[in-house]
Amino acid sequence: MFIGHEEVDDLALGSVVLGTGGGGDISLSKLMLHQAITTHGPVRVVDAGELDPTGLLLPVALVGASVGFTEKLINGGEAGRALQAMEEHWKRKGVAVLPLEVGGVNTLYPLVVAAELGLPCVDADTMRRAFPKIEMTQFTLAGITASPLIAVDVKGNVAVFDAVDNATAERFIRSCVVEMGMFAVMSCYSVTAKQCVDHAILGSMSYALEVGRRLSAIQRGDVGAWDEFLGFADAQILFSGKVVDIERRSVGGWTRGTVSLEQLDDASRTLRVDIQNENLIALEDGIALATVPDLISFVDVETGTPMTTDDLAYGQRLHTIAMPAHDGWRTPAAIELVGPRVFGYDIDYVPIGGTK
Amino acid sequence: MNRLRIGIDVGGTNTDAVVVDESGRILASCKSPTTPNVQEGMERVLDDVTRGIDSAKIVRIMLGTSQTLNAVIRRQDLAQVGILRIGAPAAMAISPLAGWPADLVAAVRGPVDIIRGGHEYDGSEINPLDEAAVRDFAMSCQGMVEAIAVTAVASPVMPAHEERAAAIIREILGPDLPVTIGSDVAGTGIIERENTAVLNASLSFIARQIVAGLAGAMARRELSAEIFLTQNDGTLLVADEALQRPILTVGSGPTNSMRGAAYLSGLANAVVMDVGGTSTDVGLLVDGFPRTSAHNVEVGGVRTNFRMPDLISVGIGGGTLVRSEPLVIGPDSVGYRLTRQSLVFGGDTLTLSDLSVASSRAKFGTNPEAAEGIPAALVSAGMHWVDERLRVLSDRIKSSRGELPLIAVGGGAHLVPDSIPGISKVIRPEYAGVANALGAAVAEASGSVDRNFAYSASSRDACLDEAKATAIERAIRAGADPQLVRITTVNELPMSYMPGDCARVIVKAVGPILDYRVRS
Repeated sequence: MFIGHEEVDDLALGSVVLGTGGGGDISLSKLMLHQAITTHGPVRVVDAGELDPTGLLLPVALVGASVGFTEKLINGGEAGRALQAMEEHWKRKGVAVLPLEVGGVNTLYPLVVAAELGLPCVDADTMRRAFPKIEMTQFTLAGITASPLIAVDVKGNVAVFDAVDNATAERFIRSCVVEMGMFAVMSCYSVTAKQCVDHAILGSMSYALEVGRRLSAIQRGDVGAWDEFLGFADAQILFSGKVVDIERRSVGGWTRGTVSLEQLDDASRTLRVDIQNENLIALEDGIALATVPDLISFVDVETGTPMTTDDLAYGQRLHTIAMPAHDGWRTPAAIELVGPRVFGYDIDYVPIGGTK
Repeated sequence: MNRLRIGIDVGGTNTDAVVVDESGRILASCKSPTTPNVQEGMERVLDDVTRGIDSAKIVRIMLGTSQTLNAVIRRQDLAQVGILRIGAPAAMAISPLAGWPADLVAAVRGPVDIIRGGHEYDGSEINPLDEAAVRDFAMSCQGMVEAIAVTAVASPVMPAHEERAAAIIREILGPDLPVTIGSDVAGTGIIERENTAVLNASLSFIARQIVAGLAGAMARRELSAEIFLTQNDGTLLVADEALQRPILTVGSGPTNSMRGAAYLSGLANAVVMDVGGTSTDVGLLVDGFPRTSAHNVEVGGVRTNFRMPDLISVGIGGGTLVRSEPLVIGPDSVGYRLTRQSLVFGGDTLTLSDLSVASSRAKFGTNPEAAEGIPAALVSAGMHWVDERLRVLSDRIKSSRGELPLIAVGGGAHLVPDSIPGISKVIRPEYAGVANALGAAVAEASGSVDRNFAYSASSRDACLDEAKATAIERAIRAGADPQLVRITTVNELPMSYMPGDCARVIVKAVGPILDYRVRS
């Protein structure tokens, strides 16, 4: 599969839905990807299974405050330095770029890096949604270390961490990112193609593209497009309502908030969605209808536009969509890593559409 | 002495003007088609509206104009712009003008460079400004450009590098070359701010043309009023400011219309429904100003970080076509041919205006009897469809469940029913036809702040107070009466990752213009 100019819009749409309210402002990463495709041609996306099983994969992601990125952008040379440092650590060349987070800007950014380095990009990731912390990956569940973790800033400063566990790696990168001017390019979880086949979520990039194509059909007004989208993503419309209250605040470097929606047909019904960077819990009358790690996303009722938390405003009419997380997130061990209690909620995980 | 104001709005179709006295009374109004030579139409309404008025009493003239927007959309009369970005090694990954339509790039792009400098969020330097590179850039622009745009990373926090670079460029290329700096025209977001700065610089000619045109017209009529232009948010720029920042006038049309509706109805909080021949725009007035969109808007295909009035448009207008069996209404319209093609004007095309006459909502036409021949079932089904669509439309724009009044304006306002669920009453003001010019005539001065604060350094209240005081000071500098200036917007956007509970704070202050003779 190749990602060319024609695929960028649909891929970006799918990324916003998988970003579940977080994942940053997609528009700048779209510009970067268009620019990379213009310069280097369409980006080749490969299955991990096509690669030499012993081949080294180079994971990459942007990490930090999205407002820092929209003001400073990046230099463009960061990923090359980070991946070079990773290759030096392993004393071997990488064979492909691996996305860590297919959700938000980190869906498109690895494609930019792959184009610039002349490498293919692997059709896989470690989340198939956006999560706010580095340890929240399928690789952590498989016992794979995030270290060495390499962060590079716009000036070319390189920081390398060797942390005893992945949660510690997360704490290190957060304080490092502040010193680096609010965001950095990061590489961690370097794995072989075989480890990727065994433990990553395969097909995430093509999945995001397919989700985006179906949203695009909704936006065009195609007949049956909503059913097609919901069927493909195994998703349901939890609630269709109007935003009547938004509260956002910054607490210890995290954006927390709640959004309240009033049902369009029945104003006595309200839904509350709790946010910590991403949408985490949807509650009606104190009862959880959907919880993390399942995906909760907002899509504009009229236009089919998926919305990030920053896009929300009073009066918008939104479908609250719930999509089951990848099966890898629905095990007891996974719930211990990314379930509601990890985010401080005293409730159990409520699987959308039941368990399989 | 009763001091008078003139408001003029140059729209795509019509140029309107009003004269308003100190108490806000409308003394004269007129409307005339916008002419290909805009100046001609503007002078005509100026003559019409001031006929019989003592010109010595006119102290202010406020102009709302679509000329700047049209220049961008049509890629006409745009200046060639030298583009300097300051921030390397940051801000390198996306080229200037990335994502712009090719024809607009061809119309404005001069020499482009990205040089070292810029600031971090906390106001510290990324790198010192590379002044030698600024000089090299200025030399490369010599004889090649008609304006320059300079944008530095984090300039809304710390504009020093933009200001220094602009000073160096003026030293080399002369004081007359228009130089736009990003922090003067837009807030956070380097790409959007640079886009806005480049568009602004490209409008240098047209801005001079507009201001000189109006000043000349006034001089010929021996009017000595102070000139203002209305900007996107419904407040005013004095003429000198408008010359520097013409991009801030590109979205004033819809804003003036809504501000005029607010003024005419005396309502600060209401739904405004503007029904034209082809479409209906509905917006929301909150505390006298249009609610703005959540998303950044594009101007001529270019992403900016402007917020424009949040309008929902649907294809319902007086000329909208009605087809029966099965009933299909619109979205096509006879548009301006309504007065020839609709049944009530002797034509053979069934339109919503015909249904409106048949159901006694409207009384007009050269042949109103023609409406009697329309089957009653069709009339009632058609009007029911309209009512339902307008109900959903007004409900979509409202931000809360409580009832609000609705102000109906525009030539097709007769389609709006007298009773709409969720709407307390429907108001149809007199002078609705010149709402735009009136919105300009009653516009106020404003000042705003858009910057980041770390609440933990002092306190949230102290930071908000500082932002409010700065906004008020800026509004007074823009001409607002210090006694009457007030805060109209306080918006806090929390920032993740930043230590110290950081937030981007956006505050706006607005106040009525203090007479320049009192001011100076």
